[in-house]
Amino acid sequence: MPHDHHDHDDPHALLPPDPALRVRALETLLARKGLIEPAALDEIIDTYQNRIGPRNGAQVVARAWSDPAFRAALLQDATPVVADLGFFGRQGEHVVAVENTPEVHNMVVCTLCSCYPWPLLGIPPAWYKSDAYRSRAVREPRKVLADFGVSLPEEIAVRVWDSTAEVRYLVIPRRPEGTEGMSVEDLAALVTRDSMIGTGLARAPTA
Amino acid sequence: MSDQTPGAKAPEPVFTLPWHGQVFALTVSLNEAGHFAWSEWTARFSQTLARHGLEKELDGGDDYFNAWLETLEALLADLGEAAPADVERLRDAWEAAYLSTPHGDPVHLPEGA
Repeated sequence: MPHDHHDHDDPHALLPPDPALRVRALETLLARKGLIEPAALDEIIDTYQNRIGPRNGAQVVARAWSDPAFRAALLQDATPVVADLGFFGRQGEHVVAVENTPEVHNMVVCTLCSCYPWPLLGIPPAWYKSDAYRSRAVREPRKVLADFGVSLPEEIAVRVWDSTAEVRYLVIPRRPEGTEGMSVEDLAALVTRDSMIGTGLARAPTA
Repeated sequence: MSDQTPGAKAPEPVFTLPWHGQVFALTVSLNEAGHFAWSEWTARFSQTLARHGLEKELDGGDDYFNAWLETLEALLADLGEAAPADVERLRDAWEAAYLSTPHGDPVHLPEGA
């Protein structure tokens, strides 16, 4: 939050927390050695804060729902297909698309850290990085899904994919009913971030 | 553009504290400049998370970025790019600079710090 309120007159600048000072120290040291450019760091922060996010993945999903040839290519080898749409680069070097069906629901976790398809979904939410999710997603996926408000019939198998530094997964959620004839753009608005991680479903259209 | 998750409260910020974004960007930048492979990063980061996770359940927020920072400091020390003593000295210099700068003024390190 911006420091835009003051209960009293601070005699000096607000002291950042210890880790922030340590990051400042690293930045100073590395900049002096010419290993980093402060402007390049700001650019990276701005990119993930403002420009790259789950809207990218939603476009891919909506397109897969609308275009059978695109869907087939995506499921066969997603990396070049999403790269053609401009979604490539950092942490998107090898993307695998996994499709939900009436038989299987897919869910993605990174049990070791927080690997995630940045070009398609941006930076992962805190819960994806939490111990609770990372440890429970594999052990008790249905309970985790229930915590997210998703209850699946028993006959649907839940398949959990563990991301790595090499492979990132994108879940293609099932297309909601009542969306026949909708445009790719309107369909994309139904695709939530969580539905592409597998902890949610695509939204039903509002009549 | 409408909020993508109706019913949700305010959209979650990508980085809840500025230093979370800064340490993230620092790491990405160093990786892209070829100072270490991302697979090396994730292997080390996983180990830090596992070690911290033994002490308490990590929340994925500040805990996560504290582990991130610790991993980066150790990696840079091992690479010979940032000796812990140098980092500590600059950290203290920044602290002193904050404490001696009048509120509202930009904070700079003094010459020679």
